Amino acid sequence: MNPIAHSPHAHAPVSIGKVMATVLLALTPATLFSFWLYGWPAVNLWAVSLIAAILGEAFVVRMQGRKVRPVLMDGSGILTAWLLALSLPPYAPWWIAVLGSLFAVIIGKQVFGGLGQNVFNPAMAARVMLLISFPLEMTTWVAPSQAPGLLESLRITFFSQPIDGMASASLLGHVKTEFTRGIGLDQALTGYYAPLDMLWGSRAGSLGETAAVLLLLGGLFLIARRIITWHAPVAMLLGVAVPALLFNTIDANHYAGPMVHLLSGGLMLGAFFIITDPVTSPNTAMGQFIFGLGCGLLTWIIRTWGGYPEGVAFAVLLMNAATPIIDQYVKPRIYGRDRKGAALAVKKES
Amino acid sequence: MLFAAIISLTLLGAVLGLLLGVAARYLKVEGNPLVAEIEQLLPGSQCGQCGFPGCTGAAQALAEGSAPVTLCPPGGVALAQALAAKLGVEADLSGVADKGPMIAEIKEEICIGCTRCFKVCPTDAIMGAAQQIHVVFREACTACGKCEEVCPTESVKLQPVPVTLQSWYWSKPRAEAA
Amino acid sequence: MKLFDLRGGVHPEGNKDLSAERHIRTLPLPKKLYVPLQQHIGAPATPVVKVGDKVLKGQLIATAQGAVSAPIHAPTSGTITALGDHVAPHPSGLPVPTITLESDGEDKWMPIETVDKPFSLRPEEVAARVAAAGIVGLGGATFPSALKLNLSRNSGVQTLIMNGGECEPYLTCDDRIMRERAAGIVEGIRLIAHAVAAKEILVGIEDNKPEAIAAMQTAAGNSEVKIVVMPSMYPMGSEKQIIQVLTGMEIPAGGRPADIGVLVHNVATAFAVQQAVRYGKPLISRIVTLSGGAIRTACNVEALVGTPVQELIDFADGYAQPAARLVLGGPMMGQQFTNTNVPVVKGTSGVLALMASEIGHAEASPCIRCSTCVRACPVGLLPLEMAAHIRTADLAGAVALGLKDCIACGSCSYVCPAHIPLVHFFNYAKGDLAAQERSKLKQEATKKLADARNERLARIERERAEAAAKRKAAREAKERAAKEAAAKAEVV
Repeated sequence: MNPIAHSPHAHAPVSIGKVMATVLLALTPATLFSFWLYGWPAVNLWAVSLIAAILGEAFVVRMQGRKVRPVLMDGSGILTAWLLALSLPPYAPWWIAVLGSLFAVIIGKQVFGGLGQNVFNPAMAARVMLLISFPLEMTTWVAPSQAPGLLESLRITFFSQPIDGMASASLLGHVKTEFTRGIGLDQALTGYYAPLDMLWGSRAGSLGETAAVLLLLGGLFLIARRIITWHAPVAMLLGVAVPALLFNTIDANHYAGPMVHLLSGGLMLGAFFIITDPVTSPNTAMGQFIFGLGCGLLTWIIRTWGGYPEGVAFAVLLMNAATPIIDQYVKPRIYGRDRKGAALAVKKES
Repeated sequence: MLFAAIISLTLLGAVLGLLLGVAARYLKVEGNPLVAEIEQLLPGSQCGQCGFPGCTGAAQALAEGSAPVTLCPPGGVALAQALAAKLGVEADLSGVADKGPMIAEIKEEICIGCTRCFKVCPTDAIMGAAQQIHVVFREACTACGKCEEVCPTESVKLQPVPVTLQSWYWSKPRAEAA
Repeated sequence: MKLFDLRGGVHPEGNKDLSAERHIRTLPLPKKLYVPLQQHIGAPATPVVKVGDKVLKGQLIATAQGAVSAPIHAPTSGTITALGDHVAPHPSGLPVPTITLESDGEDKWMPIETVDKPFSLRPEEVAARVAAAGIVGLGGATFPSALKLNLSRNSGVQTLIMNGGECEPYLTCDDRIMRERAAGIVEGIRLIAHAVAAKEILVGIEDNKPEAIAAMQTAAGNSEVKIVVMPSMYPMGSEKQIIQVLTGMEIPAGGRPADIGVLVHNVATAFAVQQAVRYGKPLISRIVTLSGGAIRTACNVEALVGTPVQELIDFADGYAQPAARLVLGGPMMGQQFTNTNVPVVKGTSGVLALMASEIGHAEASPCIRCSTCVRACPVGLLPLEMAAHIRTADLAGAVALGLKDCIACGSCSYVCPAHIPLVHFFNYAKGDLAAQERSKLKQEATKKLADARNERLARIERERAEAAAKRKAAREAKERAAKEAAAKAEVV
């Protein structure tokens, strides 16, 4: 009716697609490294996750009678599946990836109303679903030894060929198991904890969670490109490191130190790529800091006292649920008003 | 055992039901102060466009919930929203917004100065004397339409309020996303 | 000088080099001028001329009406050919009352009264001359300047801030006027300071205008006029923001700069003030930037108020390629127009012909709550939340989030990766709320009228009844008297 366009008549060269593409680019080094580290099974799993997410999302969007192309083109489904793939054990069977991806994009996102409407991080929701439903498949780790060939990898991914002699435990899982056997940290860590290997990611763990340095670089790239801000990631790392340092100083034999915590599990991936998901995190810098701090603290608590060795996914979901309330209470101060929203006092000089 | 459960639950239900019945009977709220409050909001021009005999009737119907908050054409969207807020209901404004505000206008060429419209106007918005052309005060006209009904020459007609630079504003963006 | 921090803001592509290096040229005299009666905030001016009247350049043709208004003067000499409606420089494209003036080609000034020693004038005399010249804020807000002077003098303003920010992309009219007419501007600034008895004078200029800064510094010399270089950022030239950057103070919500002892004027307004006070020249022309990727020769022109925009476009050698959008003002807050017959008015800072690639329009996609808009908002609002409330018709919810504090700068819309028309949502909501407020006021007024009428009808009814009762009583009394008389007579 009104053909006149409203101002502004200029726009920053940004779009949702570009944002998502930048995040994918930031994930690429860590992903490629994991392909090199774990070989073809990792590639298979990653590809299966992406394909399942794309097809699954296209199907449900079509069922809703909406246009499929714009939904797929925004790249959010691909990013979700990519993040989920990175959090799976590298030798997990194909159906784990398919189930997880479908759960993430359909139950985790589309059921809520599509992009921007979901309360929980879809990738983490899917990971928790898988972890609870298929604990065996989700905790069968492998040590990054010689990578299997393409043919063998297909057997691993698609025909669940047992992994002979390659099974290993993740550091956090190992520590937790040793605790139940009454073995202290000093012994449990011996031969298991090599800081440099941890840093580079040469360890047993999820597909793309291990390369701490590459994930950190990807995160810094996103901060530099102003896709994310430092608040949530830094807060999450602090939320883990500070209590770890505190308790480690008190009782080094029972509580792992900050470096062990920072470099293990899914913390780096979580801090820079999961909790910075805009949809499920608070709006303000202060809110994001609180959110990150909560994620970190809960992660450390679950790792230290919880039933599961790793707690990033649970911590993120719990804080996702707290996001609306953080947004309710943490709002920026409006120009000309005090924090409570009352107009500033009129100043009279002279 | 099963029998005992059925009996006890039935008894419980019967007792609670009885209690509710007694409460409804003896603790009934007499009258409704809401009617007076609603009437305060209504235009008070008793134009009858809502189909009720004047604003009091409309207020009663609104308080009972038997009439929609959009019943009053002269009140427009603003009134519908005020009523919805007062009654704590969701206002379905689709019907009101479409029509837009209206106003009575007199076609001077065919006005015969009969003073009929002038006499029925509930807000004294029409000025004029016998045998003279009448004028509508835009600020006072509620577009109740009474003048339109009585005019023998169809010279008074409700027209949409013309948009001016002062009253124009941006329409709602069509974007479904936000 | 220490500058203070500003929140939010964006850094749009400046594109000022398109027109910044060209001297201001005067537009050839147009044949017909369309001078709208409302070129300012407040009540429209009232015409004091009739069709057929001959007027001289600078002659008063419409006088201010009411407390907030400004008079309008003939931009050139000629004949008034119409007092009627003409398309307005307004997004609605509605016609507005306009005086049409056909120029006689002589451009003959009316006798004007110059003042050799403008600083010997009393402050109120300066304000009176500014008022008589019809000067309004030339930065775009078009608030009558004299009113601001009087309000500020009465409330004891300490600091005069001169806005040379010109943060809107493309626009270079303030840049050019500062480069070419710095001396006049500085005298105008000192006159404004004189009119309000300001103790401190700060001229804020963005650092992307080094030549303007140098020219102004030279012109200011050792006077009390202090030139302050500010970082380039949008919306630095917004009144609230420039005050914050230069003084660290904020205007209280719902208040005015005078509430914190500050007065803000645009640099171009200062030049107009100098012209009016020293030379007695009313505001009948202004510098307009002609720019945009679709215009062939971007430049700055001095155009008479009332000149159809088409003449300006012709002067810039027309379009280099089809314009995707024509805009009055800057791209961030300017208004699109389609009819090139719209006249230049006092508030027209630029005429832009933009290519599609410069506009960067895209269909809106869902909000991903990335909160880029929150970081961009210079006011500290939550644009994404406000828009979500407005979209679902919850205007009250948007108001609770601070809708009324929004300055409509468009920073949020500019940075939104989902291309959601955020500021359009806000302006729609503000307009709708104002309309609701108007209709509520009207309803209250008509309710009173209806009550008064009902009361009157009741009174008339009562009086009629009383009169009838009286008549009846009188009649009965009469009858009784007659009966009694008859009875007496019978008795007798």
